[in-house]
Amino acid sequence: MTRAARAILRKDLAIEVRTRESVFPMVLFSITVFVLFHFGLGRNELDGDLASGVLWVTLLLATILAVNRLFAAEHEQGGLEGILLAPIDRTAVFLAKSTALLLYLVVLEVVALPAFALLLLGPNLLDAFPELLAVLVLADVGLAVVGALVSGLASETRARDLIVPLLLLPLLVPVVIGAANATEPLMSLSPHPEDLGKWLGLLALYDGVFALVAYAVYDFLLED
Amino acid sequence: MAASLSLVFFYAPLDADQGFIQKIFYLHVPLAIVALLGFIAGGVMAIKYLRTRDPSWDMRSYVAIHLSLVLAVGVLITGSIWAKGSWGHWWVWDEPTLVSFLIIFLLYCCYQPLRFSIEDPERQARYAAVFAITAGAFVPVNFIAVRLAQAFSHPRVLSTTGGNMPGEMRLTFYVSLIAMGLLFVTLWKFELVSKHAKFELKRLRRRLELSLEEGTSRGGAPSPPTATVPAQPIGS
Repeated sequence: MTRAARAILRKDLAIEVRTRESVFPMVLFSITVFVLFHFGLGRNELDGDLASGVLWVTLLLATILAVNRLFAAEHEQGGLEGILLAPIDRTAVFLAKSTALLLYLVVLEVVALPAFALLLLGPNLLDAFPELLAVLVLADVGLAVVGALVSGLASETRARDLIVPLLLLPLLVPVVIGAANATEPLMSLSPHPEDLGKWLGLLALYDGVFALVAYAVYDFLLED
Repeated sequence: MAASLSLVFFYAPLDADQGFIQKIFYLHVPLAIVALLGFIAGGVMAIKYLRTRDPSWDMRSYVAIHLSLVLAVGVLITGSIWAKGSWGHWWVWDEPTLVSFLIIFLLYCCYQPLRFSIEDPERQARYAAVFAITAGAFVPVNFIAVRLAQAFSHPRVLSTTGGNMPGEMRLTFYVSLIAMGLLFVTLWKFELVSKHAKFELKRLRRRLELSLEEGTSRGGAPSPPTATVPAQPIGS
């Protein structure tokens, strides 16, 4: 199963490297949204809850772009039939797709976080880097799992571009709650008691529940 | 069923002594509980569908979610009326139950667009079932998340189902909860029957049209010299 998943993942990454259809738009989109927030909020520097809120909502919206494109290659070229004809476990597809999404998100954050720190963020992020990393990893896993699931769900519908954000955003509310609350103390000017453990716990719980759900139901999405 | 409902509506006013607006409690809270249970039941029926591949389970799941969605609209409306009456605002972000309910409502609003943008009925049922299961799992996770988020900034002081309800009120509350549950089940069954009847009607009508077409094409065609075509009354 891992071999098949690795093969699909390698294919997706190769397509991504050649076409730059997901990651590049995501990065561009996030930076544009930061600029928009600068004008919309009329502030040069953000901190605390406002900063973490802006950051996470932007990352979330950028995720939608990638989720929309996640099965695009399979759709346009009819590659899904090939994958389904191959005698492999359907979970491999899920594994490959969510890993691809996870990698896209990591690349996005590698670029967008420094950009955010440069453009909008007041306090220095470097001091809180280990904590931030933990939040990012857990939140990204959640985004990747749910993103791959929603992408699979919407892949056969007529109005795919419409269904994805409508489904994805409510499902990701707990991620925003957890991640934004966990990042808030890290980005505030005045240090105050952190409640990091609780929020990391929430994110981990979310990841666990939806990884299980996705693992259980993904077979049914790719049946014919 | 009717008896229990009428019991609620005639018994409840007796002990609602905290002003008139408090009475909405007997409508709002059972509505909310039943709607949430309906969503989760829809998820469970979806699992059953995926296990058995019996379309009737899919229909049950669909009807349960559909009805819960209707109830959820009622919950949001009665909830904001109640909030206006007792807290002075139409919407209160501090109340975790309210917020989680709104999120769940928004999620389930996508159920029908998702379902009806897939043409193939079998695939439609399968995808809808996957959605129902995912969303069913989402309900409790979301409640935990939102409650945590509120407890962070606001200690929870308002409790919608207060632990110290007087006995009479509690009795009315339970009765109305049961009645609402019964109402849900009745409506659910009713809707199932009507859906079933509609399908049956569609099937019969199609068959009738088919036979009508056959009849007219046969009747309209110039009859061959030897009467091989049996004389069939049109529309039989």
